[in-house]
Amino acid sequence: MSEHQHQESHVIEYGNYIFIWLGLLAFTGITVTVSGINLGNWTIVIALFIACIKSWYVLNYFMHMKYEEMVFKIFILTALFTFFIFLGFTFWDYSFAR
Amino acid sequence: MSSTDHAAAVHQVHRDDYGSRLGMWLFLFTELILFGGLFIVYAVYRFMHQQEFHLAAQELNTTIGLINTIALLTSSMTAAMSITAMQKGNLRFSKWLIWVTIGFAFVFMVNKYFEWSAKIHHGIFPGSKDLLAKPDGEILYFGLYYVMTGLHTFHVIVGVIFFLFILRQIKQGKITSDRYVRLENSALYWHLVDLIWIFLFPLFYLIH
Repeated sequence: MSEHQHQESHVIEYGNYIFIWLGLLAFTGITVTVSGINLGNWTIVIALFIACIKSWYVLNYFMHMKYEEMVFKIFILTALFTFFIFLGFTFWDYSFAR
Repeated sequence: MSSTDHAAAVHQVHRDDYGSRLGMWLFLFTELILFGGLFIVYAVYRFMHQQEFHLAAQELNTTIGLINTIALLTSSMTAAMSITAMQKGNLRFSKWLIWVTIGFAFVFMVNKYFEWSAKIHHGIFPGSKDLLAKPDGEILYFGLYYVMTGLHTFHVIVGVIFFLFILRQIKQGKITSDRYVRLENSALYWHLVDLIWIFLFPLFYLIH
């Protein structure tokens, strides 16, 4: 039996998933409602902020990231950090080039 | 090593669920960069053509987008639940939940079919005369719309193939209540498809 086998035993109950799902639906409802209100540039900021909250729940509960070892979390932070470097530098470039 | 130790080592089937999941996550990061690159292209062009992006987005049907959002969120939940059912040894329920997940994937694809058909019917598709007559920003918006939702729908199809493969392996007894890492990895892939849609929906459908 491998040393990592013990991690497999973490069982998330059906009820918890339904709870997370209802939360995700509620956040979707909020995004759609907010998009109908004219808030100028804040609309996109709020929409992306809510999308990030939804992603956090999907990652932690549906994808079990909450119950994984530290190395998984370091990996995902590294991947996101890399992505934000791409995004940040692209916009930095555009703000000077124009 | 004594001969009995050696015999034990030979009979032990090599298995590393932890490494398997870690490998799947590494693959998912390449997907993040794939879609991430497209999101960056989207961000830059939207920044350059704000008015035209707003105008072009009026053409999309928010209701269809919303139905597809709900379909993917719900299928993500049933995919996650199928792992719980498998862990509890309830193979029948696990298989049923995978079928429900596939069902929602079809709801998504049928919706997408009608959505794209309507656009094409109105003459909005890459390279069409009607589209090329529009301003640059709108051409870019619809180009990105077809590429990004198209690539995403391709992932939905791949996800369905993964789940059909999983159903076959459950039937063959290759996936059991104490050996289900392939089901976990397929579900991870499915959740990624859901994650990408969480961002595609507000960026394409909810610009007002």
